[in-house]
Amino acid sequence: MFKICFEGIVYPCERSETVLHALRRQGVEVPFSCQHGICQTCMLRSLQGKAPAAARKEIKDTLCEQGYFLACQCVPEEDMVVLLPREADLYGRAVVLEKHFLTPHICRLVLKSATPLYYHAGQFVNLHRDDGLARSYSLASVPHRDKHLELHVKRMKNGLMSNWIYSELKPGDAIDLEGPNGNCYYLPGREVQSLLLIGTGTGLAPLVGIARDALYSGHGGEIHLYHGSHSRDGLYLMDTLRDLAKEFSNFHYMPCVSGERGEEGIRAGRADDTAFSDFPNLAGWRVFLCGSPPMVASAKRKAYLQGARLADIYADPFEVSDRRLKPRD
Amino acid sequence: MTSLFDKLGGEAAIDAAVDLFYRKVLSDDSINHFFETTDMERQRAKQKAFLTMVFGGPNHYTGKDLRAAHAPLVAKGLNDAHFDAVARHLRATLEELGVTADQINEVMALAGSTRDDVLSR
Repeated sequence: MFKICFEGIVYPCERSETVLHALRRQGVEVPFSCQHGICQTCMLRSLQGKAPAAARKEIKDTLCEQGYFLACQCVPEEDMVVLLPREADLYGRAVVLEKHFLTPHICRLVLKSATPLYYHAGQFVNLHRDDGLARSYSLASVPHRDKHLELHVKRMKNGLMSNWIYSELKPGDAIDLEGPNGNCYYLPGREVQSLLLIGTGTGLAPLVGIARDALYSGHGGEIHLYHGSHSRDGLYLMDTLRDLAKEFSNFHYMPCVSGERGEEGIRAGRADDTAFSDFPNLAGWRVFLCGSPPMVASAKRKAYLQGARLADIYADPFEVSDRRLKPRD
Repeated sequence: MTSLFDKLGGEAAIDAAVDLFYRKVLSDDSINHFFETTDMERQRAKQKAFLTMVFGGPNHYTGKDLRAAHAPLVAKGLNDAHFDAVARHLRATLEELGVTADQINEVMALAGSTRDDVLSR
Protein backbone atom coordinates (compact mmCIF):
# COMPACT_ATOMS: atom_id res chain seq x y z
CA MET A 1 0.00 0.00 0.00
CA PHE A 2 1.31 3.46 -0.92
CA LYS A 3 0.60 6.86 0.52
CA ILE A 4 -0.76 9.75 -1.53
CA CYS A 5 -0.17 13.20 -0.10
CA PHE A 6 -2.62 15.83 -1.37
CA GLU A 7 -2.87 19.37 0.04
CA GLY A 8 -0.87 18.37 3.11
CA ILE A 9 -3.00 15.35 4.03
CA VAL A 10 -1.86 11.75 3.55
CA TYR A 11 -4.33 9.29 2.06
CA PRO A 12 -3.69 5.53 1.86
CA CYS A 13 -4.04 4.03 -1.62
CA GLU A 14 -4.99 0.35 -1.69
CA ARG A 15 -3.21 -2.17 -3.89
CA SER A 16 -4.34 -1.84 -7.51
CA GLU A 17 -6.40 1.23 -6.64
CA THR A 18 -6.00 4.37 -8.76
CA VAL A 19 -5.07 7.74 -7.29
CA LEU A 20 -8.42 9.13 -8.45
CA HIS A 21 -10.34 6.34 -6.76
CA ALA A 22 -8.34 6.59 -3.54
CA LEU A 23 -8.85 10.35 -3.26
CA ARG A 24 -12.55 10.25 -4.05
CA ARG A 25 -13.14 7.27 -1.78
CA GLN A 26 -11.75 9.35 1.05
CA GLY A 27 -13.89 12.35 0.26
CA VAL A 28 -11.43 14.49 -1.72
CA GLU A 29 -13.09 16.42 -4.54
CA VAL A 30 -10.85 16.45 -7.60
CA PRO A 31 -12.04 17.06 -11.16
CA PHE A 32 -12.72 13.97 -13.25
CA SER A 33 -15.02 12.90 -16.01
CA CYS A 34 -14.66 9.81 -18.24
CA GLN A 35 -12.54 7.61 -15.92
CA HIS A 36 -11.22 5.82 -18.99
CA GLY A 37 -7.98 7.73 -19.54
CA ILE A 38 -9.43 9.60 -22.47
CA CYS A 39 -10.79 13.00 -21.46
CA GLN A 40 -7.78 14.22 -19.43
CA THR A 41 -10.02 16.06 -16.96
CA CYS A 42 -8.45 14.30 -13.96
CA MET A 43 -4.91 15.43 -14.74
CA LEU A 44 -2.82 15.99 -11.61
CA ARG A 45 0.80 16.96 -11.10
CA SER A 46 3.24 14.90 -9.09
CA LEU A 47 5.89 16.64 -6.99
CA GLN A 48 7.34 13.43 -5.60
CA GLY A 49 6.97 9.90 -6.87
CA LYS A 50 6.74 9.09 -10.55
CA ALA A 51 3.42 8.02 -12.01
CA PRO A 52 3.61 4.73 -13.94
CA ALA A 53 3.93 4.92 -17.73
CA ALA A 54 0.29 3.96 -18.27
CA ALA A 55 -0.80 7.16 -16.53
CA ARG A 56 1.52 9.34 -18.61
CA LYS A 57 1.29 7.90 -22.11
CA GLU A 58 -1.52 10.19 -23.33
CA ILE A 59 -0.06 13.34 -21.80
CA LYS A 60 1.74 15.91 -23.92
CA ASP A 61 5.55 15.73 -23.55
CA THR A 62 5.83 19.22 -22.17
CA LEU A 63 3.30 18.49 -19.42
CA CYS A 64 4.73 15.04 -18.77
CA GLU A 65 8.07 16.62 -18.02
CA GLN A 66 6.43 18.76 -15.36
CA GLY A 67 5.04 15.69 -13.62
CA TYR A 68 1.51 15.66 -15.04
CA PHE A 69 -0.35 12.35 -15.15
CA LEU A 70 -3.92 11.01 -15.35
CA ALA A 71 -5.22 10.21 -11.87
CA CYS A 72 -7.78 7.72 -13.22
CA GLN A 73 -5.03 5.63 -14.84
CA CYS A 74 -2.47 5.92 -12.05
CA VAL A 75 -2.00 2.87 -9.83
CA PRO A 76 0.96 4.12 -7.78
CA GLU A 77 4.21 2.20 -7.65
CA GLU A 78 5.61 4.35 -4.85
CA ASP A 79 4.45 7.04 -2.42
CA MET A 80 3.40 10.22 -4.20
CA VAL A 81 2.92 13.88 -3.40
CA VAL A 82 0.36 15.24 -5.86
CA LEU A 83 -1.37 18.53 -6.49
CA LEU A 84 -3.96 20.08 -8.76
CA PRO A 85 -2.76 21.45 -12.10
CA ARG A 86 -1.59 25.02 -12.39
CA GLU A 87 -4.36 26.76 -14.32
CA ALA A 88 -1.90 28.56 -16.57
CA ASP A 89 -0.38 25.24 -17.66
CA LEU A 90 -3.60 23.83 -18.97
CA TYR A 91 -6.37 26.29 -19.48
CA GLY A 92 -6.93 28.98 -22.01
CA ARG A 93 -9.80 31.40 -21.97
CA ALA A 94 -12.34 31.46 -24.77
CA VAL A 95 -15.31 33.69 -25.54
CA VAL A 96 -18.60 32.42 -26.94
CA LEU A 97 -19.20 34.11 -30.28
CA GLU A 98 -22.28 32.23 -31.44
CA LYS A 99 -24.75 29.77 -30.09
CA HIS A 100 -27.57 28.42 -32.17
CA PHE A 101 -29.69 25.32 -32.31
CA LEU A 102 -29.07 22.79 -35.08
CA THR A 103 -31.89 20.56 -33.82
CA PRO A 104 -34.04 20.86 -30.70
CA HIS A 105 -31.39 18.80 -28.85
CA ILE A 106 -28.12 19.80 -30.45
CA CYS A 107 -26.57 23.24 -30.41
CA ARG A 108 -23.58 24.66 -32.21
CA LEU A 109 -21.15 26.75 -30.22
CA VAL A 110 -18.56 28.97 -31.87
CA LEU A 111 -15.73 29.94 -29.55
CA LYS A 112 -12.91 32.40 -29.96
CA SER A 113 -9.82 31.26 -28.11
CA ALA A 114 -7.80 34.03 -26.42
CA THR A 115 -4.57 32.40 -27.54
CA PRO A 116 -4.35 30.40 -30.79
CA LEU A 117 -5.09 26.72 -30.38
CA TYR A 118 -2.94 24.44 -32.54
CA TYR A 119 -5.08 21.42 -33.24
CA HIS A 120 -6.07 18.82 -35.80
CA ALA A 121 -9.65 18.64 -37.01
CA GLY A 122 -11.29 15.79 -35.09
CA GLN A 123 -9.52 16.40 -31.77
CA PHE A 124 -11.45 17.45 -28.69
CA VAL A 125 -11.26 20.11 -25.99
CA ASN A 126 -12.46 20.18 -22.42
CA LEU A 127 -14.69 23.04 -21.36
CA HIS A 128 -14.42 24.04 -17.71
CA ARG A 129 -17.16 26.00 -16.05
CA ASP A 130 -15.96 28.43 -13.37
CA ASP A 131 -17.07 26.06 -10.59
CA GLY A 132 -14.82 23.31 -11.98
CA LEU A 133 -17.40 21.25 -13.86
CA ALA A 134 -15.69 19.88 -16.97
CA ARG A 135 -16.80 18.06 -20.11
CA SER A 136 -15.19 17.04 -23.39
CA TYR A 137 -16.44 18.22 -26.79
CA SER A 138 -15.07 17.40 -30.22
CA LEU A 139 -13.98 20.13 -32.57
CA ALA A 140 -16.01 20.35 -35.78
CA SER A 141 -13.89 23.16 -37.17
CA VAL A 142 -10.79 22.90 -39.36
CA PRO A 143 -7.64 24.87 -38.52
CA HIS A 144 -6.59 27.40 -41.22
CA ARG A 145 -10.05 27.23 -42.84
CA ASP A 146 -12.22 28.23 -39.92
CA LYS A 147 -11.29 31.29 -37.94
CA HIS A 148 -12.84 30.03 -34.71
CA LEU A 149 -13.53 26.84 -32.84
CA GLU A 150 -16.82 25.04 -33.42
CA LEU A 151 -18.39 22.48 -31.07
CA HIS A 152 -21.67 20.55 -31.21
CA VAL A 153 -23.29 20.07 -27.85
CA LYS A 154 -25.97 17.47 -27.38
CA ARG A 155 -28.38 18.13 -24.57
CA MET A 156 -28.13 15.11 -22.29
CA LYS A 157 -30.91 14.09 -19.97
CA ASN A 158 -29.71 15.27 -16.55
CA GLY A 159 -26.49 16.54 -18.16
CA LEU A 160 -25.08 19.22 -15.88
CA MET A 161 -22.87 20.89 -18.47
CA SER A 162 -25.08 20.49 -21.52
CA ASN A 163 -28.16 21.82 -19.77
CA TRP A 164 -26.18 24.77 -18.48
CA ILE A 165 -24.85 25.45 -22.00
CA TYR A 166 -28.40 25.22 -23.31
CA SER A 167 -30.13 27.44 -20.85
CA GLU A 168 -27.50 29.84 -19.54
CA LEU A 169 -24.35 30.20 -21.60
CA LYS A 170 -24.72 33.03 -24.10
CA PRO A 171 -22.67 34.91 -26.69
CA GLY A 172 -20.15 37.18 -24.99
CA ASP A 173 -19.62 34.84 -22.02
CA ALA A 174 -16.13 33.51 -21.29
CA ILE A 175 -15.28 29.92 -20.46
CA ASP A 176 -12.06 27.98 -19.74
CA LEU A 177 -10.85 25.61 -22.37
CA GLU A 178 -8.19 22.89 -22.24
CA GLY A 179 -6.79 20.93 -25.13
CA PRO A 180 -6.51 19.84 -27.82
CA ASN A 181 -6.64 16.14 -26.96
CA GLY A 182 -7.24 12.91 -28.81
CA ASN A 183 -5.70 10.89 -31.62
CA CYS A 184 -8.63 10.60 -33.98
CA TYR A 185 -7.67 12.88 -36.86
CA TYR A 186 -6.60 12.94 -40.51
CA LEU A 187 -2.96 12.94 -41.45
CA PRO A 188 -1.97 13.81 -45.01
CA GLY A 189 -0.22 11.14 -47.06
CA ARG A 190 -1.68 8.15 -48.84
CA GLU A 191 -3.85 10.58 -50.82
CA VAL A 192 -5.67 7.95 -52.87
CA GLN A 193 -6.74 5.83 -49.91
CA SER A 194 -10.49 5.45 -49.41
CA LEU A 195 -11.81 6.83 -46.13
CA LEU A 196 -14.84 5.56 -44.26
CA LEU A 197 -16.29 7.84 -41.58
CA ILE A 198 -19.05 6.54 -39.32
CA GLY A 199 -20.61 8.61 -36.55
CA THR A 200 -23.68 8.59 -34.36
CA GLY A 201 -25.24 11.63 -32.72
CA THR A 202 -22.75 14.46 -32.23
CA GLY A 203 -20.07 11.99 -33.32
CA LEU A 204 -20.75 13.85 -36.55
CA ALA A 205 -18.80 16.88 -35.24
CA PRO A 206 -15.26 15.44 -35.43
CA LEU A 207 -16.12 13.61 -38.67
CA VAL A 208 -17.22 16.81 -40.41
CA GLY A 209 -13.90 18.32 -39.36
CA ILE A 210 -11.93 15.29 -40.53
CA ALA A 211 -13.76 15.09 -43.88
CA ARG A 212 -13.28 18.80 -44.64
CA ASP A 213 -9.65 18.66 -43.49
CA ALA A 214 -8.98 15.73 -45.85
CA LEU A 215 -10.80 17.40 -48.76
CA TYR A 216 -9.05 20.73 -48.33
CA SER A 217 -5.72 18.91 -47.97
CA GLY A 218 -6.26 17.51 -51.46
CA HIS A 219 -7.19 13.97 -50.51
CA GLY A 220 -7.97 12.27 -53.83
CA GLY A 221 -9.43 8.99 -52.59
CA GLU A 222 -13.13 8.47 -52.01
CA ILE A 223 -14.49 9.73 -48.69
CA HIS A 224 -17.72 8.16 -47.41
CA LEU A 225 -19.45 9.71 -44.40
CA TYR A 226 -22.28 7.82 -42.68
CA HIS A 227 -24.18 9.66 -39.97
CA GLY A 228 -26.61 7.73 -37.83
CA SER A 229 -29.42 8.76 -35.54
CA HIS A 230 -32.38 6.96 -34.07
CA SER A 231 -34.83 9.34 -35.70
CA ARG A 232 -34.93 11.98 -38.41
CA ASP A 233 -34.78 14.88 -35.92
CA GLY A 234 -31.33 13.77 -34.75
CA LEU A 235 -29.85 14.31 -38.21
CA TYR A 236 -28.26 17.70 -38.66
CA LEU A 237 -26.04 19.64 -41.08
CA MET A 238 -27.72 17.71 -43.90
CA ASP A 239 -27.76 20.68 -46.29
CA THR A 240 -24.15 21.60 -45.51
CA LEU A 241 -22.99 18.05 -46.13
CA ARG A 242 -25.04 17.67 -49.32
CA ASP A 243 -23.50 20.91 -50.57
CA LEU A 244 -20.05 19.58 -49.71
CA ALA A 245 -20.84 16.45 -51.74
CA LYS A 246 -21.78 18.67 -54.71
CA GLU A 247 -18.55 20.64 -54.36
CA PHE A 248 -16.28 17.59 -54.11
CA SER A 249 -17.06 14.63 -56.36
CA ASN A 250 -15.08 12.24 -54.13
CA PHE A 251 -17.12 13.08 -51.03
CA HIS A 252 -20.25 11.02 -50.31
CA TYR A 253 -22.68 11.61 -47.47
CA MET A 254 -25.24 9.12 -46.23
CA PRO A 255 -27.59 9.97 -43.36
CA CYS A 256 -29.20 6.93 -41.70
CA VAL A 257 -32.08 6.47 -39.26
CA SER A 258 -32.25 3.28 -37.20
CA GLY A 259 -35.69 3.75 -35.61
CA GLU A 260 -37.74 5.06 -38.52
CA ARG A 261 -38.42 4.33 -42.15
CA GLY A 262 -36.03 5.71 -44.69
CA GLU A 263 -37.03 8.35 -47.23
CA GLU A 264 -35.51 10.01 -50.28
CA GLY A 265 -31.81 10.48 -49.44
CA ILE A 266 -32.04 8.94 -45.97
CA ARG A 267 -31.34 5.26 -45.43
CA ALA A 268 -33.15 3.06 -42.91
CA GLY A 269 -30.83 1.15 -40.55
CA ARG A 270 -27.88 1.75 -38.33
CA ALA A 271 -25.10 3.85 -39.83
CA ASP A 272 -22.42 1.25 -39.08
CA ASP A 273 -24.44 -1.68 -40.48
CA THR A 274 -25.31 0.30 -43.60
CA ALA A 275 -21.72 1.33 -44.21
CA PHE A 276 -20.34 -2.17 -43.67
CA SER A 277 -22.84 -3.74 -46.03
CA ASP A 278 -22.13 -1.07 -48.69
CA PHE A 279 -18.38 -1.76 -48.40
CA PRO A 280 -17.75 -5.40 -47.50
CA ASN A 281 -14.05 -5.20 -48.36
CA LEU A 282 -12.16 -2.56 -46.39
CA ALA A 283 -8.63 -3.77 -47.13
CA GLY A 284 -6.49 -0.66 -47.58
CA TRP A 285 -9.12 1.73 -46.19
CA ARG A 286 -8.74 4.23 -43.38
CA VAL A 287 -11.68 4.19 -40.97
CA PHE A 288 -12.86 6.82 -38.47
CA LEU A 289 -15.46 5.94 -35.82
CA CYS A 290 -17.01 8.48 -33.45
CA GLY A 291 -19.99 8.30 -31.14
CA SER A 292 -21.50 5.93 -28.63
CA PRO A 293 -18.92 3.56 -27.09
CA PRO A 294 -20.80 0.31 -27.94
CA MET A 295 -21.16 1.38 -31.59
CA VAL A 296 -17.49 2.38 -31.75
CA ALA A 297 -16.34 -0.91 -30.17
CA SER A 298 -18.42 -3.15 -32.41
CA ALA A 299 -17.66 -1.12 -35.54
CA LYS A 300 -13.95 -1.33 -34.82
CA ARG A 301 -14.09 -5.10 -34.70
CA LYS A 302 -16.26 -5.22 -37.82
CA ALA A 303 -13.95 -2.90 -39.77
CA TYR A 304 -11.00 -5.08 -38.83
CA LEU A 305 -12.80 -8.28 -39.79
CA GLN A 306 -13.72 -6.70 -43.14
CA GLY A 307 -10.07 -6.13 -43.90
CA ALA A 308 -8.98 -2.76 -42.47
CA ARG A 309 -5.65 -2.77 -40.63
CA LEU A 310 -6.03 -2.00 -36.92
CA ALA A 311 -3.49 0.80 -37.33
CA ASP A 312 -5.82 2.39 -39.91
CA ILE A 313 -8.83 2.46 -37.59
CA TYR A 314 -9.23 5.65 -35.59
CA ALA A 315 -11.81 5.58 -32.84
CA ASP A 316 -13.24 8.28 -30.62
CA PRO A 317 -15.76 6.76 -28.19
CA PHE A 318 -17.91 9.43 -26.53
CA GLU A 319 -17.87 8.25 -22.94
CA VAL A 320 -20.84 9.67 -21.10
CA SER A 321 -19.57 11.60 -18.12
CA ASP A 322 -20.73 11.02 -14.64
CA ARG A 323 -22.64 7.79 -14.85
CA ARG A 324 -24.19 8.51 -11.47
CA LEU A 325 -26.48 10.97 -13.18
CA LYS A 326 -27.78 8.57 -15.78
CA PRO A 327 -31.44 7.94 -15.24
CA ARG A 328 -31.94 4.59 -13.56
CA ASP A 329 -34.50 2.75 -15.62
CA MET B 1 19.60 -23.90 -39.08
CA THR B 2 17.35 -21.14 -40.39
CA SER B 3 14.21 -20.76 -38.31
CA LEU B 4 10.78 -20.82 -39.89
CA PHE B 5 10.58 -17.17 -38.82
CA ASP B 6 13.40 -16.28 -41.23
CA LYS B 7 12.20 -18.64 -43.95
CA LEU B 8 8.77 -17.03 -43.95
CA GLY B 9 10.26 -13.58 -44.27
CA GLY B 10 10.73 -12.34 -40.71
CA GLU B 11 8.62 -9.70 -39.06
CA ALA B 12 6.75 -8.57 -42.17
CA ALA B 13 5.48 -12.10 -42.71
CA ILE B 14 4.39 -12.32 -39.11
CA ASP B 15 2.38 -9.12 -39.55
CA ALA B 16 0.48 -10.69 -42.44
CA ALA B 17 0.02 -13.93 -40.54
CA VAL B 18 -1.21 -12.31 -37.35
CA ASP B 19 -4.06 -10.50 -39.14
CA LEU B 20 -5.13 -13.69 -40.93
CA PHE B 21 -5.01 -15.60 -37.65
CA TYR B 22 -6.64 -12.98 -35.41
CA ARG B 23 -9.50 -12.45 -37.90
CA LYS B 24 -10.21 -16.18 -37.93
CA VAL B 25 -10.24 -16.30 -34.13
CA LEU B 26 -12.52 -13.24 -33.84
CA SER B 27 -14.93 -14.64 -36.43
CA ASP B 28 -15.32 -17.97 -34.61
CA ASP B 29 -18.45 -17.81 -32.45
CA SER B 30 -17.29 -20.80 -30.38
CA ILE B 31 -14.37 -18.78 -28.96
CA ASN B 32 -14.80 -15.08 -29.71
CA HIS B 33 -16.71 -14.38 -26.49
CA PHE B 34 -13.35 -14.71 -24.71
CA PHE B 35 -12.28 -11.60 -26.61
CA GLU B 36 -15.39 -9.45 -26.05
CA THR B 37 -13.78 -6.84 -23.85
CA THR B 38 -10.15 -7.02 -24.84
CA ASP B 39 -8.25 -4.09 -26.24
CA MET B 40 -7.76 -5.10 -29.89
CA GLU B 41 -4.36 -3.44 -30.34
CA ARG B 42 -2.99 -5.08 -27.22
CA GLN B 43 -4.50 -8.43 -28.19
CA ARG B 44 -3.01 -8.24 -31.67
CA ALA B 45 0.40 -7.45 -30.16
CA LYS B 46 0.12 -10.56 -27.99
CA GLN B 47 -0.90 -12.71 -30.95
CA LYS B 48 2.12 -11.38 -32.79
CA ALA B 49 4.41 -12.29 -29.90
CA PHE B 50 2.85 -15.74 -29.82
CA LEU B 51 3.29 -16.33 -33.57
CA THR B 52 6.86 -15.07 -33.39
CA MET B 53 7.47 -17.66 -30.70
CA VAL B 54 5.94 -20.62 -32.55
CA PHE B 55 7.76 -19.59 -35.73
CA GLY B 56 11.03 -19.69 -33.81
CA GLY B 57 11.72 -15.95 -34.03
CA PRO B 58 13.20 -13.71 -31.35
CA ASN B 59 10.67 -13.57 -28.55
CA HIS B 60 10.24 -13.06 -24.85
CA TYR B 61 7.46 -15.51 -24.34
CA THR B 62 7.50 -17.63 -21.20
CA GLY B 63 5.19 -20.29 -19.83
CA LYS B 64 4.61 -18.09 -16.82
CA ASP B 65 3.21 -15.27 -18.98
CA LEU B 66 0.93 -17.68 -20.80
CA ARG B 67 -0.34 -19.13 -17.57
CA ALA B 68 -1.02 -15.75 -15.94
CA ALA B 69 -2.59 -14.28 -19.09
CA HIS B 70 -5.01 -17.16 -19.57
CA ALA B 71 -5.92 -17.80 -15.93
CA PRO B 72 -8.90 -15.39 -15.99
CA LEU B 73 -10.18 -17.14 -19.14
CA VAL B 74 -9.82 -20.58 -17.54
CA ALA B 75 -11.97 -19.24 -14.72
CA LYS B 76 -14.55 -18.36 -17.40
CA GLY B 77 -14.50 -21.89 -18.79
CA LEU B 78 -11.60 -22.02 -21.26
CA ASN B 79 -11.01 -25.70 -22.06
CA ASP B 80 -9.43 -28.17 -24.49
CA ALA B 81 -12.14 -27.64 -27.10
CA HIS B 82 -11.33 -23.90 -27.23
CA PHE B 83 -7.61 -24.62 -27.39
CA ASP B 84 -8.22 -27.02 -30.30
CA ALA B 85 -10.32 -24.42 -32.12
CA VAL B 86 -7.52 -21.85 -31.88
CA ALA B 87 -5.01 -24.49 -33.02
CA ARG B 88 -7.19 -25.21 -36.08
CA HIS B 89 -7.16 -21.51 -36.98
CA LEU B 90 -3.40 -21.47 -36.66
CA ARG B 91 -3.09 -24.47 -38.98
CA ALA B 92 -5.47 -22.90 -41.51
CA THR B 93 -3.47 -19.65 -41.39
CA LEU B 94 -0.24 -21.51 -42.13
CA GLU B 95 -1.86 -23.41 -44.97
CA GLU B 96 -3.11 -20.16 -46.51
CA LEU B 97 0.41 -18.76 -46.31
CA GLY B 98 1.71 -21.76 -48.24
CA VAL B 99 3.84 -23.13 -45.42
CA THR B 100 4.98 -26.72 -46.13
CA ALA B 101 3.41 -29.66 -44.28
CA ASP B 102 6.65 -30.42 -42.42
CA GLN B 103 6.97 -26.87 -41.20
CA ILE B 104 3.32 -26.79 -40.19
CA ASN B 105 3.84 -29.87 -38.07
CA GLU B 106 6.85 -28.25 -36.44
CA VAL B 107 4.83 -25.13 -35.58
CA MET B 108 1.84 -27.10 -34.35
CA ALA B 109 4.08 -29.15 -32.07
CA LEU B 110 5.46 -25.95 -30.51
CA ALA B 111 1.99 -24.46 -30.17
CA GLY B 112 0.70 -27.70 -28.67
CA SER B 113 3.42 -27.62 -26.03
CA THR B 114 1.76 -24.55 -24.48
CA ARG B 115 -1.53 -26.38 -23.79
CA ASP B 116 -0.93 -27.07 -20.09
CA ASP B 117 0.19 -23.51 -19.37
CA VAL B 118 -2.74 -22.02 -21.27
CA LEU B 119 -5.23 -24.25 -19.47
CA SER B 120 -3.61 -23.79 -16.01
CA ARG B 121 -2.73 -27.46 -15.52
